Amino acid sequence: MADEPLVLGIETSCDETGVGIVRGSTLLADAVASSVDEHARFGGVVPEVASRAHLEAVVPTIERALKDAGVSARDLDGIAVTAGPGLAGALLVGVSAAKAYAYALGKPLYGVNHLASHICVDQLEHGALPEPTMALLVSGGHSSLLLSTDITSDVRPMGATIDDAAGEAFDKIARVLDLGFPGGPVIDRYAREGDPEAIAFPRGLTGPRDPAYDFSFSGLKTAVARWIEARRAAGEDVPVRDVAASFQEAVVDVLTRKAVRACKDQGVDHLMIGGGVAANSRLRVLAQERCEAAGIRLRVPRPKLCTDNGAMVAALGAEMVARNRAASSWDLSADSSLPVTDPHVPGAPHSPTHSHPHTHDHVHEISKENLYS
Amino acid sequence: MLLLALDTATPAVTVALHDGDAVIASSSQVDARRHGELLLPAVDRVLAEAGLRLDAVTGIVVGIGPGPYTGLRVGLMTADTFGLALGVPVHGVCTLDGLAYAADIEKGPFVVATDARRKEVYWATYADSRTRLTGPAVDRPADIAERVAGLPAVGAGALLYPGAFPQAHEPEHVSAAALASLAAERLAAGEPLPEPRPLYLRRPDAQVPKNYKVVTPK
Ligand SMILES: [Zn+2]
Repeated sequence: MADEPLVLGIETSCDETGVGIVRGSTLLADAVASSVDEHARFGGVVPEVASRAHLEAVVPTIERALKDAGVSARDLDGIAVTAGPGLAGALLVGVSAAKAYAYALGKPLYGVNHLASHICVDQLEHGALPEPTMALLVSGGHSSLLLSTDITSDVRPMGATIDDAAGEAFDKIARVLDLGFPGGPVIDRYAREGDPEAIAFPRGLTGPRDPAYDFSFSGLKTAVARWIEARRAAGEDVPVRDVAASFQEAVVDVLTRKAVRACKDQGVDHLMIGGGVAANSRLRVLAQERCEAAGIRLRVPRPKLCTDNGAMVAALGAEMVARNRAASSWDLSADSSLPVTDPHVPGAPHSPTHSHPHTHDHVHEISKENLYS
Repeated sequence: MLLLALDTATPAVTVALHDGDAVIASSSQVDARRHGELLLPAVDRVLAEAGLRLDAVTGIVVGIGPGPYTGLRVGLMTADTFGLALGVPVHGVCTLDGLAYAADIEKGPFVVATDARRKEVYWATYADSRTRLTGPAVDRPADIAERVAGLPAVGAGALLYPGAFPQAHEPEHVSAAALASLAAERLAAGEPLPEPRPLYLRRPDAQVPKNYKVVTPK
């Protein structure tokens, strides 16, 4: 186990400053500082507020993670960082920190993809990721169905939401029902005492001609809001528990149905679910039922590893080291729209698309001489 | 003493090494959109030019702005993290002070102004190259034209608005070499330098992008 790579990961793509440390697939530290309270009064994440908070939080969070893990920075085998996708200014703070840290310590740098990290984090919970793995990522920021045969080199988008993310729908319906924030846990709680079949809310994009693996939650959100408003307009009580249960059922029915169908169509026998919405109890139960019926093994990490964190970035970084993937170069940039198909951003010294190939070569040579020998 | 100085608060990405007596290597590139990409390679180049490794550095000097936030944070975050990894002190220097120092004006008063975007400038006034009189502040050039009338001015903010700054001249952007020299002088004289915290001078814009993670008030 001591031979497995010891990697520190930094995540700043949204409002959480996360620093995690892993040894191979063993979690050693998962330190998170959140600026969520500073955004609450604005009703959403304010990019500049998030960026300012990251600048203040990164160094203390690195220190806390090292202390929690009981390791010295000198012993690290690499530094990983979310290079994208996410908020541009927020990403840049983490990328700047990771580059400086890696350079100063003489360690290789790995700029990695946020979505691939959400998948790879499951290695910390359930061991090596099966190949291939189907992944359903659902949170306030994303709703994607991804197929990976090798998390360091091959992630294929199967489907994604065409409008709202699943987590956004939970927050919006919770707001319409005056249940407060965050919407996911509170809807989950009310839904447990409600009848999921009380109201037949629409299942978006499930018609025979609709894209098989894409999602849509905007129509559902509007239908639920209209149903509630009609009740209120008629002076009737809104059956909050039944609405919550029926709404939640509509979301998780579509998510699990499409995920299982994708597994069957592609001949994949493992499904992992990640992202904040993976904490939803009904999603877990229904996914388990449907996976069992279809002969598919389900893997869902614990909730703290499903939300944004640094451990997931470290997990993917460790896999990059273990599989000898090329490190990133010192001119790594933050890419707010990094494609999901790029699990990491390797240094590409001979790429003709590189803006300064010569400078880059030069820098890389110097770096090796200065730091790695 | 070996100081590594860097500044990303203006369109220039600028890095210098100072051994306590003089600047021994430096690099400046002007590209307002690529601070993040350019800074680390520039540090690497400057160290190579001096034939030194980063762990020989005894202190970090960083421009704390004021300047456009996204670029400004690249320098500050890099300096903070170098300080953490190397276990050396990180000193702040007001970016406008660095420009004033580089202007090398014995007898003022004069103005330093940089581009704050949104038709505003970051500005301060100086009695001489080492002594700030007022500021830094952020204002529209027309609103301060009377207060700076008749004064020589340096910096891109002054060059950009000749109406308010008719006597504008070089230097346009700050250089880490000037920043390092100023810091070395102050440290040698036992004078305190500011904390390496950003001078934003404006509150953050409270704009929430559409279709992003939603949080409602508790
Ligand atoms: Zn995420």
